[in-house]
Amino acid sequence: MTDSRKVMEIIEKISYRIEEEKDYLTMLDQPIGDSDHGINLARGFGAVREKLPTLAGKDIGTILKTTGMTLVSTVGGASGPLYGSAYMKAGMAMAGKQEMSLQDFLAMMKVFVEAVQQRGKAVAEEATMLDAMIPSLAAMEEAAAQGETPGAVLDAGVKAAWAGVEHTKDLVATKGRASYVGERGLGHPDPGATSYSYMLEVVRDSCA
Amino acid sequence: MVGFVFVSHSQKLAEGVAELASLMAPDVKLIPAGGAEDGRPGTSMEKILAAVSEADASDGVLILADLGSSVMTAQMAAEMLERDDVELIDCPLVEGAVAGAAAAAGGLGREAVKAALEKSWLARKC
Repeated sequence: MTDSRKVMEIIEKISYRIEEEKDYLTMLDQPIGDSDHGINLARGFGAVREKLPTLAGKDIGTILKTTGMTLVSTVGGASGPLYGSAYMKAGMAMAGKQEMSLQDFLAMMKVFVEAVQQRGKAVAEEATMLDAMIPSLAAMEEAAAQGETPGAVLDAGVKAAWAGVEHTKDLVATKGRASYVGERGLGHPDPGATSYSYMLEVVRDSCA
Repeated sequence: MVGFVFVSHSQKLAEGVAELASLMAPDVKLIPAGGAEDGRPGTSMEKILAAVSEADASDGVLILADLGSSVMTAQMAAEMLERDDVELIDCPLVEGAVAGAAAAAGGLGREAVKAALEKSWLARKC
């Protein structure tokens, strides 16, 4: 499906995508959070982008682990430890590998989602990034089980992720800063679920 | 003696907690690690790690945090250090800081200080 060189390209594209959507993500964070999701994530991925040249020739595990560690130390908000843990654990799952099959990718994404669950101590239906991650992982696993191509599997994941983003509008947050806003958060899509959907979209567009 | 690190999304809040706790414990290491690298609201892994080494006297370091990214980042810092005597404690930040600093100043060891922090959950206002 992909190799270490392409993984670096994808991460670079994700960093530009987050930069492009920075203001929108921050706007989403205004009614329910502390208005920093886009700014924080763009700063984190900007730092990751600067590190990428030093990772040339490295295995996928090292690339992802370095991405995670950089996010943890540069993001500054909750998405730092959440995405940071996710990328670091994904890196551990891909340790030493230069190539990634569809099965590797799915196993890695399972670890990625579990890392977010563990770090944030959240479950589905709490209006968090998990409400995009969990259904998108399930959709990808199902598509793969039906023998779909990597492109079709990723497309199913992206569609389910965006449906999950829509669904967060109907959920009252019980975790994170949005939990203080309670029912006033209804009608607003979750910024973390949205940023995750952008990331998966970049992966799909790069692997299609 | 046990040392403390106070982690908050706000630099001023972490500094204020350290100030308040120091009134009862002038000799205890009470190190604030609030705000992002540049002092704006946020949490910084580097600041937390630096604060832990500054607070590290002879009986380990207990980390107290306020909410959200402070808790998660402090947790990651404690995990990264892989030391039994450095840990994030689940307790109210202000009440815990004062109770813990007073216990440490009274010469209590780490386990007894942790018991004092646990008890800070019971501090009702009225």
